[in-house]
Amino acid sequence: MSQELDHAEQQRGGFSSRKVFILAAIGSAVGLGNIWRFPYVAYENGGGAFILPYLIALLTAGLPFLLLDYGLGHRYRGSAPLSFRRAHRAAEGLGWWQVGICFVIAVYYAAVIAWAARYALFSFDKAWGDDPEGFLFGSYLQAGDPGIGLDFVSGVTVPLVLVWVAVLTMMVLGVQKGIGIASAIFIPILFVAFIALVVVALTLDGAATGLDALFSPDWGALTETSVWIAAYGQIFFSLSVGFGIMITYASYVGRRSDMTGSGLVVGFANSGFELLAGIGVFAALGFMATATGVGVDEVATEGLGLAFIAFPAIINEAPAGALIGILFFGSLVVAGVTSLVSVIEVVISAVRDKFEMTRTGASLAVGVPAAVISITLLGTTTGVYVLDIVDHFINRFGILLVAVASMLALAWVFRRTGLLRDHLNRDGSVQIGRTWEVLIGFVAPAALVFILVNELIDNIRVPYEDYPTWMLNTLGWGLAAAVLVLGFVAARLPWRASTPLDDPEVVAAQDERSS
Amino acid sequence: MSAAAVITMLIAMTVLWGGLAVAIWNINRFRGEEPGSVHRDL
Repeated sequence: MSQELDHAEQQRGGFSSRKVFILAAIGSAVGLGNIWRFPYVAYENGGGAFILPYLIALLTAGLPFLLLDYGLGHRYRGSAPLSFRRAHRAAEGLGWWQVGICFVIAVYYAAVIAWAARYALFSFDKAWGDDPEGFLFGSYLQAGDPGIGLDFVSGVTVPLVLVWVAVLTMMVLGVQKGIGIASAIFIPILFVAFIALVVVALTLDGAATGLDALFSPDWGALTETSVWIAAYGQIFFSLSVGFGIMITYASYVGRRSDMTGSGLVVGFANSGFELLAGIGVFAALGFMATATGVGVDEVATEGLGLAFIAFPAIINEAPAGALIGILFFGSLVVAGVTSLVSVIEVVISAVRDKFEMTRTGASLAVGVPAAVISITLLGTTTGVYVLDIVDHFINRFGILLVAVASMLALAWVFRRTGLLRDHLNRDGSVQIGRTWEVLIGFVAPAALVFILVNELIDNIRVPYEDYPTWMLNTLGWGLAAAVLVLGFVAARLPWRASTPLDDPEVVAAQDERSS
Repeated sequence: MSAAAVITMLIAMTVLWGGLAVAIWNINRFRGEEPGSVHRDL
């Protein structure tokens, strides 16, 4: 490789081995959604029969898209903007759009981790009492009317500050010493803690009732379009594909690493963890239903309601409830932190590449403003509403939209899928054929466009959760549009003269021929 | 648990956890090149 490119790689840092990269990628993919979203989505969409559309979605969209991200980052050796820029001069804006989305996600994702950390401590004395819902919105979040206020809640603000201090410390330490070592420590802990939680949950009375509700197949559901949409949506959102994370991480792996084999491990580890989460969550919900004498359908829920209302109720009733609480909320914290680190790294990596900043400088330049915005908007009595709206819109009209746009652009406008397929196959243990290009060019975008159009129609027809229009227009539609516009504006900024913008593989091949 | 629920649970475990086991076996069998040195993160 040319001295210029080699120097640039040395400056960027990298993972010490493929194993560390895989752990970091699993850490990114396994997040809150695996624990609190998958079990309910599976239960609501055919139960045991859901495994079929889920597996098809994994094989036809999830893994192909994951490999596209890997191919892009690994071949072009850069953050999302730099990788897109090296793929094609006109593509850089897609990378900055992804960077903007990651910044927004990092701002609110940290707040959920802070809540989970606080709830892990609440588990010791079951501070929520007999009314977990009233406690969450009243005593803990002190939620007022929807809006944007500056009445800070110390119970949220203090853990939120601590989350940001911990994350920024990891970011300053760098790719290997920060992200890599944290992943190597946290991911085994997460799997062990969650397996322990599942074992405890399976010993509870009524666990079999919960598992029966989750796994009883409703084969008729497979004829419903909504079930297939749910499967593709779940796979897409849980794999962390399409918004820069896997591009960034793949750029930190050795040039001759096996990326296809690594992708299979990450994809199946993510889905395997989701199944584990489904078993643990529904065993606990089965216990809850049995203890209160109601059906599982009356206690089954997802998201914040599952974590901060249903689980505290389960902890109240269960023997060894405190242990369940610590394992459950501790798992949420660990899964959340390893995902947050990957999200914020997309931004830091992009800033480093574009402005040739040091690791510490870029981490602070990105992390401090993100932390300040996060604490100001989410650490207050209105934080829960801000989080709910931003999360809803940025997932649909940020992540989903940029994923579709970048996939179609790479396949049809810049025509890079053939090149990336050859690159992945060069050192890949699993060879991908032309089918992969068909999946990337037709199947995966078609599924995602279908989901996107459905979401667009639903959100135009019925305003989300009856929030005030001005909040939906600013924090929802406005923010999703702003990251798009700002992304393409950022792409107009010139690169430093010393930043190589050519395809690193082409440069390396030329060097080998001339030497 | 009903027999149908047990069977679908076992199929899900076999496919997803078995898939993970095969994927791990595959990368252990196939030794790609590792970075010669850890890049400094400057």
